[in-house]
Amino acid sequence: MAAEEVTLSSHIQHHLTNAKMCSTDAGLAFNKACADSGFWTWHIDTLAWSIGLGLIFLWIFRSAAKKSTTGVPGKFQCFIEMIVELVGDNVRDTYHGNSKLIAPLALTIFVWVFLMNLMDLVPVDFLPAFAGFVGEQAFGMDPHDVYMKIVPTTDVNMTAALALGVFILMIGYSIRIKGLGGFIGELTLHPFSSKNKLVMAILIPCNLLLETIALVAKPFSLALRLFGNLYAGEMIFILIGAIGLMQLPLHFVWAVFHIMVIVLQAFVFMMLTIVYLSMASTKSH
Amino acid sequence: MNLNATLIGELIAFVVFVWFCMKFVWPPLNGAIEARQKKIEDGLAASDKAEKDLELAREKAAEELKEAKTQASEIIEQAKKRATLIVDEETTRGQQEREKIIAQGHSEIESERNRVKEELRQQVATLAVVGAEKILEREIDQAAHSDIVEKLVAEL
Repeated sequence: MAAEEVTLSSHIQHHLTNAKMCSTDAGLAFNKACADSGFWTWHIDTLAWSIGLGLIFLWIFRSAAKKSTTGVPGKFQCFIEMIVELVGDNVRDTYHGNSKLIAPLALTIFVWVFLMNLMDLVPVDFLPAFAGFVGEQAFGMDPHDVYMKIVPTTDVNMTAALALGVFILMIGYSIRIKGLGGFIGELTLHPFSSKNKLVMAILIPCNLLLETIALVAKPFSLALRLFGNLYAGEMIFILIGAIGLMQLPLHFVWAVFHIMVIVLQAFVFMMLTIVYLSMASTKSH
Repeated sequence: MNLNATLIGELIAFVVFVWFCMKFVWPPLNGAIEARQKKIEDGLAASDKAEKDLELAREKAAEELKEAKTQASEIIEQAKKRATLIVDEETTRGQQEREKIIAQGHSEIESERNRVKEELRQQVATLAVVGAEKILEREIDQAAHSDIVEKLVAEL
């Protein structure tokens, strides 16, 4: 196995494969053994990195919250409060309802997604190679059989989970604020409406189709935008990493550019979450 | 790249993180920021008020100073007037005193002169009588001629 030739495509393939875990009849199985385990497969690298980063986020912010005083803040506190104020200002500007959830939700999304995106700036081969080394030394595995994707947001499961959470909240807010009737009415009575009852009966299915697509498109666009941007960025890092010594200047340029992308994507995800929830909680029609 | 159970795991993690953030992270941080904003606002308002008070106090002090100056000049004016008055009064009184003293002196001198005149007159009378006695020797009856002598004395 170790002598298997490493081609460029297999190298890329290796980088883009998650470490999988699933339970089979024989007990827990990993990676290639999970090839046909279907839905009940866990990407343990995505889970571990994302939850680890989430815990780091909570730990940092919690320690700032514990030390928070109304007196003169320290530098660390100022930095944390700057982020809190950025998020808080955006929430106040965009979301006009009264909700205790939106702001912490937006903060969590922004910082968590940012931290996960930030993993993209770690040179692509460092951690996978380290994981391969550990796997080989400690567990006697073939290093090519050890997978490690360190950027959770390049896993569509991660972004879809975030988008799904936001989507559930959107529906929840819609129903809570407009009532179930209001929510269904919003889906069926617009954009086309008529005073004639017969015409309206024909228009309702059209409205339902359009509005449902519009509603469902929101979480899809949320999930796929973040995933697509980060996946493409990661892909380019991998390609640059595969071209030898010339990668250094290229890698630098792309990494600098990517600093903007990772912040922007985290910010866009947060803003759209606020906007969607704001739309869900205002009676627009 | 397929959707799988990771989605559920991440969804649970997401919910837990948001819940934790909502309970233990956002409220204290936001509360601290808002409390500090309030504090700064109050501080600025207080400093504004203090500045206004200071301005007011300055104005008041200036006014009082002005008033005090007017009062002082008034007092000085009064004092000057009074001084002139006193000087005038004293001068008048002094003059009166002087006149009185002079008048007294005059009258004293007058009475002294009269007394001296009387004395002199007495002495001259005595002298005249002694002289007449010497001239007339024993012939003259002192009792008989005393009225002549008296007349003589009165004529002096």
